[in-house]
Amino acid sequence: MNDLRLRLGQNLGLLLAIGLFLLFWLVYNGLHPKGFSTAVLIQNANESFVIGAVAMAQTVPVLAGGLDLSVGAVMTLVNCLASVLVNGSGWQMVLGIVVCLAAGTLAGWVNGVVVVYGRIQPIIATLATGAVYIGIALFIRPTPGGDVDGDLSWALTNDIYEFCATYGLFDDGEAAWLAPFAWIPMPLAIMLLVIFLVWIPFRNSVTGRGVYAIGSSEGAAYMSGVRIDRCKIAAFTLAGFFAGLGGLYLALQTSSGNADVPQAGAYTLNSIAAVVIGGTSLMGGSGGAICSLIGAMVIRAISFNFRIFDIAPLLQPLFEGIVLLGAVSIGAARVFRVKNRLELLG
Amino acid sequence: MATGSLPKPASGWSLSPEDKPILIAGAFILVILAIGTAYTLATQGTASFLSPVYLLQQLQVGAFLGIVAAGAMLVILLGHIDLSIPWTLTAGAMLGSAIGGPYAIPVGLAVGMVVGLVNGLGVAYLRVPSMIFTLGVNAVMRGFMVMLTGGYAPQSTATPLMSYLATGHVLGIPMPLIVWAVLSVLVVLLLQRTSVGRYIYAIGNRERAAYLSGINTRMVIILAFIISGACSALAGVLLAGYSSKAYQGMGDPYLLPAIAAVVIGGTNILGGRGRYLGTVVGTILIVLLTSVLSVMQMPEAGRQIIYGLVIILMLLVYGRQRGVIA
Repeated sequence: MNDLRLRLGQNLGLLLAIGLFLLFWLVYNGLHPKGFSTAVLIQNANESFVIGAVAMAQTVPVLAGGLDLSVGAVMTLVNCLASVLVNGSGWQMVLGIVVCLAAGTLAGWVNGVVVVYGRIQPIIATLATGAVYIGIALFIRPTPGGDVDGDLSWALTNDIYEFCATYGLFDDGEAAWLAPFAWIPMPLAIMLLVIFLVWIPFRNSVTGRGVYAIGSSEGAAYMSGVRIDRCKIAAFTLAGFFAGLGGLYLALQTSSGNADVPQAGAYTLNSIAAVVIGGTSLMGGSGGAICSLIGAMVIRAISFNFRIFDIAPLLQPLFEGIVLLGAVSIGAARVFRVKNRLELLG
Repeated sequence: MATGSLPKPASGWSLSPEDKPILIAGAFILVILAIGTAYTLATQGTASFLSPVYLLQQLQVGAFLGIVAAGAMLVILLGHIDLSIPWTLTAGAMLGSAIGGPYAIPVGLAVGMVVGLVNGLGVAYLRVPSMIFTLGVNAVMRGFMVMLTGGYAPQSTATPLMSYLATGHVLGIPMPLIVWAVLSVLVVLLLQRTSVGRYIYAIGNRERAAYLSGINTRMVIILAFIISGACSALAGVLLAGYSSKAYQGMGDPYLLPAIAAVVIGGTNILGGRGRYLGTVVGTILIVLLTSVLSVMQMPEAGRQIIYGLVIILMLLVYGRQRGVIA
């Protein structure tokens, strides 16, 4: 019982985020004329994937006590790259996807190297590398446009049935054993794959635990023999991979690439907000990518409701801002319980 | 950060660690000018980058960034950051020009101060990390402005006084430069000659120690955010005067360059260390770099890349931290 209470207490932020998401999402589906249908689910999953991936990207450096202001830029860079590479014959597309993900990972690795060996504060180092990545993105795609394979784009932004049908897998998706899963949207399936194949193994690895340890106390982690340099570089590299995944998906979703500087900035800022709403501490050491994914879904679920409640477009930014400010201020409640102000000061 | 110390009074010719970034950044400004001049000599046969007219013009443009950076620096010295700059600037400009008449500038500044007060309350009393709280405030201000203006540039135009402050000249010196200079003197006096200035450095080094020494840290934090908000709004008011009206997103290009200017000038992003002169030098560096690149007709892509590389390069030279932070 005590154990359960402790666990609940430690994950209060995450529970709050899940509650908020369920609230907004259930209200949305309840009032939507086609609520709780596969079509709505697919649409929601599509719209949440990129922000979710970018939020997961932001989480990893934050866990290590840093901040990555270049996630939006890496996302944009890979988006532009994908709009050039992901088309042609089957193997060309596979190669293009691999190159895109590798480019994102490489960008993250460069961030890590600059932070670790350049010994520059992450926030300012990634500010600078972000400018470089945006520059490269503009170089690849000076004007919005590009061409992404239509079949692939259709298959990956629909449910599993359509994916199988498009590529003739499992009797065009009609196989009996597939039926229970056929409704799952592809973005959701990809996200689950990434979580189980990338994030959870990373979190449980020595390096991943090191990232958490560094965020809790860098000095103590160093004294305990955690390989600080390796863990930090790994954190930024993984961030690059997640951001690249988001950029690749954005290219599939929009069938084009766009080196949009304000959009990159907006994704970076939203990723920080998602991390905070998901309950990951900006000081590092607690939380996780799944928390941030839920944080991102909260942000998206709020904007879904704008359509239902028919809020004037002019009021939407204000509404979003107030909800965002309110959500990040909820954590402040603890301030009023603390008796000794010294505990609040770093 | 743990090893940060208050700036020592300059003694003789010995180079303090505080001066090194300023000298290097200053030298880099000369390098930029030399490259630009070499380019114009080669292509047009004139040394237009070295003409006083051009330099004054650049300083006039740079004054807007310099004013924003002055406010941003005070907050960064505390170990915080103000991400609400873009829409504080825009709100000051929009509401100031919407009110019009003699109250335009006071109203614009007051808007900035109110936003700063909200930021300060959230950071000092609610203890929400400044990065995320000011981000939220920025989103709310954007929402307010979109609601009030309908998402378009407002019809109201800048008052004559705003235009004069932004484009006028006194004895051949552009007015924004004079405003920036006056503001700079005030900031230097605040940082070096008042107890509040000392408190700002103290809080940036270790808030806990500052609190235990009897400093009212909350009030100092709130004050710094109010000044930052006022500086952003002042820049917004001037910018509205410069382009004769306020428009959506006019503050967006100022946030990151302002932070970059502060950091290039040697101010520690974690707070507690840095000299105001560095921020001025950093501002001039960024403005000249942007200007030289645009004269060399560098496409946007190349400009972004060089901009990022220069920041990394400057910080690699003097912004390196010590190893593991205990």
